[in-house]
Amino acid sequence: MNAVLRSPHVSAVSETTQLGASRRRIADRIGDLGLRGLTLIAALVSVAVLGAIVYKVFHLAHPAFSRFGLGFIADRTWDPVHKTFGALPFIYGTVVASLIALLIATPLAIAIALYLSELAPKGFRGVIASLVELLAAIPSVVLGLWGILVLGPFLAQHLEPWLHDNVGFIPIFGAPESTGSGLFAAGLILSIMIVPIIASICRELFLAVPRELEEGALALGTTRWEMVRGVTLPATRSGIAAAVILGLGRALGEAIAVTQVIGSGTHITRNIFGPSDTLASKIAASYQGADLLEQSSLLYLAALLLVIGLVTNLIAQIVVRVFDPLKGAAA
Amino acid sequence: MSAATPEISLRPGGRLRRRLIVNRCMEAIGTAAALLAVAALGLVIVSVGVRGAPALSWHFLTTPPSLFGGAGGISSAIVGSLLIVGVATALALPLGVLTAIYLTEFASRRVAAAIQLVLDVMNGLPTIVTGIFVYGLIVIGSHQKAYAGALALAIVMLPVVARSAQEVLLLVPATLREAGLALGVSRWRTVLGVILPTTWSGIITGTVIAAARAAGETAPLLFTTSIFNPALSTDVTKALPNIPVLIFTYSEQPDKVLHEQAWAAAFVLMLFILAASLLARGVLARSQRRLRP
Repeated sequence: MNAVLRSPHVSAVSETTQLGASRRRIADRIGDLGLRGLTLIAALVSVAVLGAIVYKVFHLAHPAFSRFGLGFIADRTWDPVHKTFGALPFIYGTVVASLIALLIATPLAIAIALYLSELAPKGFRGVIASLVELLAAIPSVVLGLWGILVLGPFLAQHLEPWLHDNVGFIPIFGAPESTGSGLFAAGLILSIMIVPIIASICRELFLAVPRELEEGALALGTTRWEMVRGVTLPATRSGIAAAVILGLGRALGEAIAVTQVIGSGTHITRNIFGPSDTLASKIAASYQGADLLEQSSLLYLAALLLVIGLVTNLIAQIVVRVFDPLKGAAA
Repeated sequence: MSAATPEISLRPGGRLRRRLIVNRCMEAIGTAAALLAVAALGLVIVSVGVRGAPALSWHFLTTPPSLFGGAGGISSAIVGSLLIVGVATALALPLGVLTAIYLTEFASRRVAAAIQLVLDVMNGLPTIVTGIFVYGLIVIGSHQKAYAGALALAIVMLPVVARSAQEVLLLVPATLREAGLALGVSRWRTVLGVILPTTWSGIITGTVIAAARAAGETAPLLFTTSIFNPALSTDVTKALPNIPVLIFTYSEQPDKVLHEQAWAAAFVLMLFILAASLLARGVLARSQRRLRP
């Protein structure tokens, strides 16, 4: 096809006057080059933005980096009074909050996607699918507002005391906070945010599984669940993994909603009901009113967050591109 | 023979029965999960509606926030948000569409794949990092500016606009391109005169969705245009009040009146976003019907 597209001058034959033809040819040459150049510049600008972000954020983090070095990552004290800063409590908070979110969201999202692709009545499908996608359209700040004022009190009065009383022998279910703010609330809010992301990718994956494969399984006498377990899920495994990693990337980087519900704390606690902070929420919560050294330490946190975000997204995108078993079938 | 009763029961027993029961359970779990997600959506929307709607009034929409708490409005925040999102869209739309045209019309397969990867990675970056980037670029050593916030939002919107424009451009049948070229129309005239016009509705849909998402983004604005300045203003070279930061700041205060205002502002924001997404969805459905005969 490209060979055809790249010879735009065939028509010149039909041109009557040689002069008009050549003038038009020149105009077209300029137009082609111009559009190509313009779009190329736009594409390069888009790419350059990512490079500029990486450069600038590392540059901003440099003062704290030269002072604390890589030891910053493993240091567990964050003490503005004594001027010692370490990232470990926030890395811990980020990991735990994201883990809670993934543990809740992954099975839920896969179940929703299966319902939407295999079970839901035809006329109903579109409605439920767009409702699930609307969930993704709720701004994080609104979800956070709901998290502090509605979910928090509910957790503090009902769910957390109940879990503490009944399964409190597991140390992570410690004493609840009176406000309900903490890692657990943050994990719940994050799970609401990432369920629609994972579910909508998984739904597309499941719909792309070749019909013949699924029908073949059904014709062999499997139940619908056995078909899902034997055909649909194995065929889409890597895609599901990528969807989960994308959800993880979103959970790791969410700042606003987490800041609102996590309660803010600088200690590593086993108790998931306790207040904590993630990398992103610490930056959002503390930047204003911090002195210069703390500010640059916060920018160091931002650089760490950038690295984590880049790595998770890159992994997810590569998994999608390299291990896509449906690529051949869907095309 | 007539007295013989059938020995084989038609009811599933043993293993098959267990398999059917497992199947039923799994189907029930799937249905329950979908209901749970819809219920969560309903809960949030109802909470915002119930708490936000009563505080909503003409006064609330047309008064700027009051300086010392108490019953103000959000007029300047609405104006600020519209301006910031408008400028962001004006930056992201042309850049995104041109990038998409490069990807579909000019780039070689390998270059296109690389640029797409960059766009997808950019789309997943924590938005607070984008905010920090613009803060370091423009705000540091100076003061907060609304156009800095708009730039940060534009960076957040760019990959969404570019990828969705690319998707609609790819939907344009190859026959249209070939017809243009076969008639001797040059490449750039084909792109601008034949291909792009068929995709406008799709591109607008993508842009509206991106703008709706950007309208609720708080993190990129936190370091760029969040200084409390309630006065009504349209000067984008100073920090402008805006809805997301207002909700965020109010929600962090231990003040019932401010919470009420935050709910009402959230209600306004949600109405705007829902209306925009529904509109975009409608336009998209129409354009897809037209492109896929």
